[in-house]
Amino acid sequence: MSEIGKFEHALRARRESGGKILVPYITGGLGDDWIETLHAVAAAGADGIEIGIPFSDPVMDGPTIQEANDRALSSGATPQSILAAVRESDIEIPLAVMTYYNIAFRAGDTRFATDLADAGISACILPDLPLEETGSWTDAADAAGIETILLAAPTAPDERLPRICERSRGFVYGVGLLGITGVRSSLATSAMDIATRLKAVTDKPVLVGVGVGTPEQAVEVSTVADGVVVGSAIVNRMLSNAGPEGVGELVAEFRAALDAG
Amino acid sequence: MLSEGTLPSEDAQSPIMGDPGASGRFGQFGGQFVPETLVPACQELEKAFRSAWADQEFRSELSTLLADYAGRPSPVTECHRLSEELGYRVLLKREDLNHTGSHKINNVMGQALLAKRMGKTRLIAETGAGQHGVATATAAALFGMECRVYMGEVDIERQKLNVFRMNLLGADVVPAMSGSRTLKDAVNEAMRDWVAKVEDSYYCLGSAMGPHPYPWMVRTFHEVIGIEAREQCARLLDGGVPDVVTACVGGGSNAIGIFSGFADTDAELVGVEPAGGAAVGRKVPGVVHGSKSYLMQDEVGQVLEAESISAGLDYPGVGPEHAHLADIGRARYESVTDDEVVEGFQLLARTEGIIPALECAHALAWMSRERESLAGKTVLMNLSGRGDKDVAQMMDVLGR
Repeated sequence: MSEIGKFEHALRARRESGGKILVPYITGGLGDDWIETLHAVAAAGADGIEIGIPFSDPVMDGPTIQEANDRALSSGATPQSILAAVRESDIEIPLAVMTYYNIAFRAGDTRFATDLADAGISACILPDLPLEETGSWTDAADAAGIETILLAAPTAPDERLPRICERSRGFVYGVGLLGITGVRSSLATSAMDIATRLKAVTDKPVLVGVGVGTPEQAVEVSTVADGVVVGSAIVNRMLSNAGPEGVGELVAEFRAALDAG
Repeated sequence: MLSEGTLPSEDAQSPIMGDPGASGRFGQFGGQFVPETLVPACQELEKAFRSAWADQEFRSELSTLLADYAGRPSPVTECHRLSEELGYRVLLKREDLNHTGSHKINNVMGQALLAKRMGKTRLIAETGAGQHGVATATAAALFGMECRVYMGEVDIERQKLNVFRMNLLGADVVPAMSGSRTLKDAVNEAMRDWVAKVEDSYYCLGSAMGPHPYPWMVRTFHEVIGIEAREQCARLLDGGVPDVVTACVGGGSNAIGIFSGFADTDAELVGVEPAGGAAVGRKVPGVVHGSKSYLMQDEVGQVLEAESISAGLDYPGVGPEHAHLADIGRARYESVTDDEVVEGFQLLARTEGIIPALECAHALAWMSRERESLAGKTVLMNLSGRGDKDVAQMMDVLGR
């Protein structure tokens, strides 16, 4: 067993206290006040936060996060500017970066992993880097103390899930549906299925994301999963200029719902 | 720790242009960089392709379709007047004479047959110039399958004729509105569709790119170009091979098809990229759309928008096997400007009575520019498509 990193440690602490885990996602560099949003999200009861580093070709993302990416990129956001702002932010809860592999590959695996660690980031999600391709990245990430969070999808055959869970650090990210990120009107049955299948094979925290867009859906899937990742619903708020306060309010609603069960 | 598949595949590499193995590697390039949802689909596809290709019945059904429906073999034409003008012997492999007007049908017939064999009922495709979209829509009509084609909004505008053809064939053409609104963005949309509909849909990828097994599978379906051309050249050249084999390169499917027939000979292999989309020319490796290859990108890894007069080559990446062939020095890659392409387009029309696709006009532009260094040689060029689709655009360009 590997050493447990800061991200996983915080999630396990929430689970051990009997609570459900909430990890919101925000797009880095979106708007001038995104660091304030980060603080508001932390203050509203997040257990950890995923920060998206925008990529030009986000194939796993739906219209909301695509638009957020485009806006952040056209306002000049870069991986360096986002990491520099995070480094200055003094956020206490653990942070993860989500981006696509070319951003890490272009910088160089070791350099990117080190840059994340220097910025105070604990974990990293690269949705286009599946298990079979992780080698050179996870070597660099492990060495830099960055927890690599792997995704597990509904399409995975049973024999694949334990291998994903074994290599994943921080938590195991259960993909809630067949499709890309975005808010759906109801929770897909596949969300409950993947949570059940993952819980059966791992002791690591199991969070479900993709298609978890309302507090009700978060509560529903958390009856099986250890918690949720909420992305598009939160980014929608950011895009509609709700400001740090408005985004914080939404996160607080998720927190309250999960706490009430 | 589990890290299988991250090492270059062992002996599967040799000979040149062989089987890239389970990890789908061509030297340092290739691989399967896709969202986890698609990994089982890619693995299933590789298995299905290996089994189909080993099945004589599948191979003969495909050969029959290519002969009786698509019109193969395509001829090699000796170009007397163009040879005279350029000062060296020019042979054209006539993929423009295939049904639907380009080489794309070879790959599509193969993949559609495979989709049917796998029990899939819906085809998804991306298209740039529309040639692959038309070919896929054609196969869907032939096999009674549902078909959706993603096409950049910019390309829909410049290739209206092909959009109408796809609609006539019963396909649903969906504009890709994000990013550069060209081929790259159409690939993104097609992959998003596939992620959501992976259970009943088959992604019929149109070039020798994408995640393993596509680059290898698409090349394999286009090897028929190289196999035929090798025999046809042998007849014309007293058992010899041309000095130079050339083709245009966007993703690189037509080039990889003809190169495969000559990789084990002394023939020089030359791919011609648009100056505004020269991924190999820039030599910066990257990872997008499922594989590691050369990729036009900025200093932090954001993919750049390609710029080319031809919608079919308007792509910032290139198939991974081309990156490998460049890397080991087996093929070289040159680039030409849009102005040179316009000249090349007219040159073939004027000297041989053949209107080439703008994509192929890239290779013609290079052949025209290099007439001195090619003097006295024999050059085989893959004329991968006909230019009917480009006539309206060229009317504007030429101001008529």
